Amino acid sequence: MSGYLLAAGGDPATPDAGLSMTPSLALVLAIGVLFTTGVYLLLERSLTRVLIGFILIGNGANLLLLVAGGRAGGAPIVGITPVEQMSDPLVQAMVLTAIVITLGLTAFVLSMAYRSWQLHGHDEVQDDLEDRRIARIAAANQPSYEDTDTEESGSLDTEAPTVRDETSTLGRDDRRRRHPDGGRDE
Amino acid sequence: MLLLLVAHLLMALAAPALVSLFHRRAFWVMALAPASAAVYALAQTSRVMDGDYPEQTVSWVPSLGLELAFRLDTLSWFMLLVVGGVGALVLVYCSAYFSATAAGLRRFGAVLTAFAGAMVGLVTADDLLLLFVFWELTTVFSYLLIGHYADRKASRRAAMQAIVVTTAGGLAMLVGLVVLGEAAGTYRLSAVVADPPHGTAVTVAVVLLLVGAATKSALIPFHFWLPAAMAAPTPVSAYLHAAAMVKAGVYLVARFAPAFADRTEWKVLVVVLGVGTMLVGGYRALRQHDLKLVLAFGTVSQLGLIVLLVGYGTRGAALAGLAMLGAHAMFKAALFLVVGIVDAATGTRDLRRLTGVGRRLPATATVAALATLSMIGFPPFAGYVAKEAGLDTLVHGVGVGDGWADGVVLWGFVLGSILTVGYSLRFWWGAFATKDPLATSTARGAHVPANAHVPAAGDVSARRARNASRAADADDPEAPVDPADIRPPSILLVGPPAVLALLGLAAGLFPHVGEAVLGPYADTYPDGEPGHLTLWAGFGAPVALTLLVYAAGILLFRQRGWVERFQASMWDAPEADRVYRRTMRRLDELAADVTAATQRGSLPFYLGAILVVLVAGPGIAGLAGWSGELRVKAWDRPAQAVVVVAIAVATILATRARRRLKAVLLVGAAGYGNAALFLLHGAPDLAMTQVLVETITLAVMVLVLRRLPPYFSDRPLARSRWLRLGVGLAVGIVMMAFAVVAPLARVATPVSVDFPAEAKEFGGGSNVVNVTLVDIRAWDTVGEISVLLVAATGVASLVFLRRRSGEIPRAQATGDLSAQETVWGDVPDRGGALRTRGLPDGADAPRMRPWLRAEQTLAPQRRSVIFEVVTRLVFHSMVVFALFLLFSGHNAPGGGFAAGLLVGIALLVRYLAGGRYELGEAAPVNPGLLLGTGLFLSAGVGLLALLAGGQVLQSVILDWYLPVLGHVHLVTSLFFDIGVFLLVVGLVLDILRSLGGEIDRQGELAPEDLDRGPENELELLGPHRTGGGRA
Repeated sequence: MSGYLLAAGGDPATPDAGLSMTPSLALVLAIGVLFTTGVYLLLERSLTRVLIGFILIGNGANLLLLVAGGRAGGAPIVGITPVEQMSDPLVQAMVLTAIVITLGLTAFVLSMAYRSWQLHGHDEVQDDLEDRRIARIAAANQPSYEDTDTEESGSLDTEAPTVRDETSTLGRDDRRRRHPDGGRDE
Repeated sequence: MLLLLVAHLLMALAAPALVSLFHRRAFWVMALAPASAAVYALAQTSRVMDGDYPEQTVSWVPSLGLELAFRLDTLSWFMLLVVGGVGALVLVYCSAYFSATAAGLRRFGAVLTAFAGAMVGLVTADDLLLLFVFWELTTVFSYLLIGHYADRKASRRAAMQAIVVTTAGGLAMLVGLVVLGEAAGTYRLSAVVADPPHGTAVTVAVVLLLVGAATKSALIPFHFWLPAAMAAPTPVSAYLHAAAMVKAGVYLVARFAPAFADRTEWKVLVVVLGVGTMLVGGYRALRQHDLKLVLAFGTVSQLGLIVLLVGYGTRGAALAGLAMLGAHAMFKAALFLVVGIVDAATGTRDLRRLTGVGRRLPATATVAALATLSMIGFPPFAGYVAKEAGLDTLVHGVGVGDGWADGVVLWGFVLGSILTVGYSLRFWWGAFATKDPLATSTARGAHVPANAHVPAAGDVSARRARNASRAADADDPEAPVDPADIRPPSILLVGPPAVLALLGLAAGLFPHVGEAVLGPYADTYPDGEPGHLTLWAGFGAPVALTLLVYAAGILLFRQRGWVERFQASMWDAPEADRVYRRTMRRLDELAADVTAATQRGSLPFYLGAILVVLVAGPGIAGLAGWSGELRVKAWDRPAQAVVVVAIAVATILATRARRRLKAVLLVGAAGYGNAALFLLHGAPDLAMTQVLVETITLAVMVLVLRRLPPYFSDRPLARSRWLRLGVGLAVGIVMMAFAVVAPLARVATPVSVDFPAEAKEFGGGSNVVNVTLVDIRAWDTVGEISVLLVAATGVASLVFLRRRSGEIPRAQATGDLSAQETVWGDVPDRGGALRTRGLPDGADAPRMRPWLRAEQTLAPQRRSVIFEVVTRLVFHSMVVFALFLLFSGHNAPGGGFAAGLLVGIALLVRYLAGGRYELGEAAPVNPGLLLGTGLFLSAGVGLLALLAGGQVLQSVILDWYLPVLGHVHLVTSLFFDIGVFLLVVGLVLDILRSLGGEIDRQGELAPEDLDRGPENELELLGPHRTGGGRA
């Protein structure tokens, strides 16, 4: 732990001059808690819990962006905060849209939960039936789809007479040369 | 050369219309396209022979270094002549071959012409990648042509097999070409060959190139697709699968042989593939009964021979190989066309049924004889000249390779030639000879054991297929044809093969012409003496070997019955075709296994897998590389610590909550904590937005949770809980590490350092965050609000199910009496008895003016006068304040997002106070309109700046002095912000209408209302429409 250097919190009025990027332990802990609880809930099956987990992860990610963006400072408004004391405005713009998008996503997942409840009586995410079916097929080594074209049938020898072109007749009557089904599938 | 390609393209596009206009005769017009290629080649003959190769380069994709480079050297010239000449003749032949009523001729003509064009491009391309493009085009067109009769299983399967095999080889070749191009530093084909690169990578590339050539030219073990491709119409077999496309692999070998033929891996591969293919093809050709299959296996054999000669690496062998290539194109195309004539005249290609055809069709039989003699290698035909040259150079053991190679090649060559003589004679005899009934019955006797192995192999379906095909034919399918029925074919049918056969004779009579023309390319090979093409080279070992070949070949033909029986008894090795099918089946099974293992269908599993990868990959592996110093400070401001403790408590309690509502409220609390952290960090805009969003989220979640069961379903998850906690902790720790390392790892000055100055100067605003959103990073914002639009639309579609536009519930305009006092009326009205109206019903007395416009729609027990009054008082203030935020946002905290959210909250308050009709009264607009207008304003403003001569989304600052208002400072990005504002209002309105109003309506729908409601509404709503809990 010798690499850690616990610096005292700076005075809010005079944040570190220059571009000191030392992260704040408090924010780091908040990120840890939000991600841990968020993932814990995200791995649930209830859509409501998944959604709550997602919101928590979103909050944690927003904080992560903020920390990665650099030091705390004054509001980035020209004329109110001196430029060298401003917090980074770019990450704030990113986080701002992220917050609003989280709202849209929350509403979307909520309506999915509601719809799932309407149809199934619960809001739990079930295993996908098609995937289960494929797993069964794989276990039984059955063909995964019907394809009569690939099944083993005759050799070239036996198939060759069934393959004829729609040729001109060269003056002969059609009776003998035209196969009734032209080799088409039964 | 580009012009040739354009001509082919136009002709292919016009082909369907031409066929509609001229029917079969349209093929004459189409023949002009390949004929033009041949004429062009002839016109360039003197230039090419002088070594002044025509070149043409057009820039195509400069960023990829891709250009349309064409070059007509000797080899390309020769191939162009073959492709164009045979193509034109085959197209002419088509005009008489197909019946006038044949289906699909439009597509057929177009694809065949397009194929000719692709072939022209393939042989003239001077860029490695361009070569690949044309290579794949020929594969695709070949697929379409083989599958021409798409209603036949045999055609479909053959086409699929061909495209799978040749595309697989093509992909291998692509890798080889790219490796080669990168190693050489240029993708120009001629430059790569002139100065071949070296190294291990190049060795791999060369092997991959040969794999591509082997699949295309049907060398073992990929040869099986070519005989199966005989399901294509016969002219296609003649052109693609004898003269042109299969020669693409030969072309590739010949193209790269001067550069790489001295490499051991090249030599070994060419010798093994060439000799093996030659023998396998010839051996199997001896057993076939279908004339096309005889020729197809013969082609396989000949391709092996040609690849062997052109790839062997000596000048003499190369010259012989090129001569053989030309001779083969002529005689094999002619023979296929002849088979087409016989097929059309008799209705069968089965050599056991054909008899007396030669007497009825003497001209055709003569043409076939000329071509067959060339195939045998009989003087004075082209095939003889080529084979003699090959024998001569092989006998004189140039000593290039190791001793074994020369011996194997020479005796393989001799053995292959013997087989060729055998099946060639058998072919002509089978097609044209008059067989006495006894001989026919002998042949048929041989046929039974020949096929006996099929059922013996347990293949029941084969027997069934054969029986079916027998039953389908009213006549005895094995009865000999009656020669009396045969009529002579038109000159258009006999002409093209006759031209090809006579050309083969002419080329053989004047061998020195061929030597003069092809010699220059053979001389680019590095080793060996220059070869010679001649009719008579004097006595010597080659002559003796030739005589041996004739004698043994004739013996093979005379003993054909014995040979068939011998093969039938011997042939137990698995056919490559079956191996292929089994391989494909195993591949399918493997895919299913992999799918079953990875696609478990479980959302937690998928998410867990992603998260574990995140921890293991970027987390552990990535962070392990961090060597810098790790520093943290306790806090930026002490208050942070307090807030963080609050957030931690709230989130941990939320994870443990069993009640939905409790969990949601706790998460909301954590969200407000986040807002506090934002404020402490110095981000007032974020804090404001977070508070507003959190409020709306909380309200909306509560709205939906009214309908969901109050508790989370009880699932015995105790075991997996620890696993989930473990994953959560791992992710949390990794993220904490990221949070510590990310700021410390920054080395560059952030781009945002200049933002404040830019915001003031160009954006005309003081609030840097807002200017960033609406000006500096405006495109990002456009993208992000588009996401919001999509999300809002998704919410509405999920909840409204039918359509979200249309009626907006209004209290008065609808006059819907059913709405009176019904909203939220699902709670027992306990205080109903106490509540009395001030006046008896029907009295025409003044009533108190309502506080809310739709309050009478609300169930009386749900009304709250205090709430209604407060709503009435604060709504307009909130909207005005939102507008203030919107217009001041450029210089102070606020802006379109915050303003829109605030209006959303104002609407939310109206909805909570007065129900969905009140919401309709408060915002009588369609949310879709708001969303669309918002996006249009935001993106449209950008176009305005474009019109004003600036960049997209550039701000224009306007300053006016107006008489009354005074100084007006207007920045055009305000309109962008108004767009954002409208879109956010639309989003919230959509959410409220869907998750609030519409869910209310669906909840109130009683079964007896269904008659009046839209049809099947109850079904759409599902079985649990009314079973929800009440919040």
